[in-house]
Amino acid sequence: MAKRKLLKGNVGLCYGAIAARCNAFFGYPITPQNEVPEYMSELMPANGGVFIQAESELAAINMVYGAAAAGKRAMTSSSSPGISLKQEGISYIAASELPCVIVNVQRGGPGLGNTLPGQADYFQAVKGGGHGDYRLLTLAPWSVQDCYDFMPMAFDLADKYRNPVMILMDAIIGQMLEQVDLHNDFPVTDFPKPWATNGAKSRTHNIVNSLWIDPDVMEELNNRLKAKYEMAQREETRFQEFYTKDAELVLVAYGCPARICRTVVDLAREEGMRVGLLRPITLYPFPSQQIAALAQNGKRFMVVEMSQGQMVEDVRLAVNGMADVAFYGRTGGIVPNPTEILNEVRASFGKPPVVSYYQNTAPCKEATN
Amino acid sequence: MEKVFERTKGLTDTEFGYCPGCHHSVLHRMVAETLEELDILDKTVGVCPVGCAVFMYEYMSCDIIEAAHGRAPAVATGVKRVIPDRIVFSYQGDGDLASIGTAEIVHAAARGENISVIFINNTTYGMTGGQMAPTTLINQKTTTCPTGRNPAVNGYPIRVCEMLATLDGPSYIERVCPTSPAGFAKTKKAIRHAFENQIAGKGFSLVEVLSNCPTHLRMTPIETYRRIDEEMTKVFPPGVFLDR
Repeated sequence: MAKRKLLKGNVGLCYGAIAARCNAFFGYPITPQNEVPEYMSELMPANGGVFIQAESELAAINMVYGAAAAGKRAMTSSSSPGISLKQEGISYIAASELPCVIVNVQRGGPGLGNTLPGQADYFQAVKGGGHGDYRLLTLAPWSVQDCYDFMPMAFDLADKYRNPVMILMDAIIGQMLEQVDLHNDFPVTDFPKPWATNGAKSRTHNIVNSLWIDPDVMEELNNRLKAKYEMAQREETRFQEFYTKDAELVLVAYGCPARICRTVVDLAREEGMRVGLLRPITLYPFPSQQIAALAQNGKRFMVVEMSQGQMVEDVRLAVNGMADVAFYGRTGGIVPNPTEILNEVRASFGKPPVVSYYQNTAPCKEATN
Repeated sequence: MEKVFERTKGLTDTEFGYCPGCHHSVLHRMVAETLEELDILDKTVGVCPVGCAVFMYEYMSCDIIEAAHGRAPAVATGVKRVIPDRIVFSYQGDGDLASIGTAEIVHAAARGENISVIFINNTTYGMTGGQMAPTTLINQKTTTCPTGRNPAVNGYPIRVCEMLATLDGPSYIERVCPTSPAGFAKTKKAIRHAFENQIAGKGFSLVEVLSNCPTHLRMTPIETYRRIDEEMTKVFPPGVFLDR
């Protein structure tokens, strides 16, 4: 029986991980994702799994590496500065072709930044992040329901591609409360793991490794990774569209700003401006083909992010000069309100700004660590 | 004719690529023999370091994971916690364990992880060309302290066994000195004890092996043994620090 609960996004992730039959969680405290290790410290042992609060982000991701090498479903979660620390391990996991899930509840940056929502880790997430030629399959939830639903999808993608999967969200998605349908209608796929290092019983020994001294062998790995990413591009690209068919202007946004842009679409349409929204669900692979098709149909674009402009570069690559791509971004933990985005939209239609529908409130003060 | 010696099943038939006189080959063999003797070859997962022993996966016939520099105890923790009925060990040098990986080894020991750690201390970075290590002796010349380790600039060598023995987590910690037949026998016994401890579920075991690097110390193997006996044991005294 489906169960409905009022949950924070961070907690929705935890229930999603249990539904995904996650075997192990390794983490380290950092705001604004602390609910994840806190809930997992209870949920994992209660469901026959392993929870360890690691001594560092480095240790946490390397524990994930070990558990994944042993053939188990393992995950970690953190926020921006912590994700930077994990990059070494993520590169090794991708190179060793191990599956795992990494959650980044993004905060303001660079540096220690602040604990408020941000989207400035987009490049780090979708372009690889650590050293070497690899990518993370990257999912962007925009609701607490997504946080729950995306975990089984993330683990399945990780197992299917033997590649780390990142859930890239922000402090708003992590901290906001929404009703969640805790259904259990997830497909259960069996992923055999004959490569796992779990004791060489009745087989020759397995090696999990990312060292390739021979240049031909090293290039072979890079080609194999590339082929995987091309396959993901074909089979896993996911996005959601609202009113793009007749739109003159298509907003492109993910996560929390996509929710706000959804409101802006309605406000703009009430004023007779044909505005639509494309919300990438997978940031990698990126819905480039769909964006190119829209550009070919004469649409122009406006990308809205809580950064100084990162995803906008992928939109421009997809558009490839066929259409105008405008950008609107806020940073520092400031979440753009619908009015300020609407005014950008109005300006692009040659209309003067409107009086605020919403008061632009100052960000509240929070703990810094 | 009677066969009096053969290669242990714990080793593959790959020839060791280590320098002549280097301790790694014989220490690999001791670990491999131990796995065979305890009949745990098919349930053991080894974690190898970054350093010369990075190639351990080529030589051992058990499952092996190659870890990032210093992170082997965290990787071993991840393995052991999800498949606790398997035997998990890490094999690490001094740069790996006592410099870049200090946090990982200290916390694995503090948690009392039920793993066995073989720690090879040869006071230098062998693979990268003989740079200063956390265990480099005072006045020892290396490529990054060419006039000798000066405590005013480079600080002092770290004594891993003594440091970890202050913790409540570990079960067994011993430092051994394989420079004589008796020393080799003792080393083998210590390695075996570290694995027996894990099988018995006693928790974290670490064996520090005082070791050599003829190539970068620019010494014959015999001279390196003399150096271990006369110089290294003064700073790193062999002995059992914990066995409980």
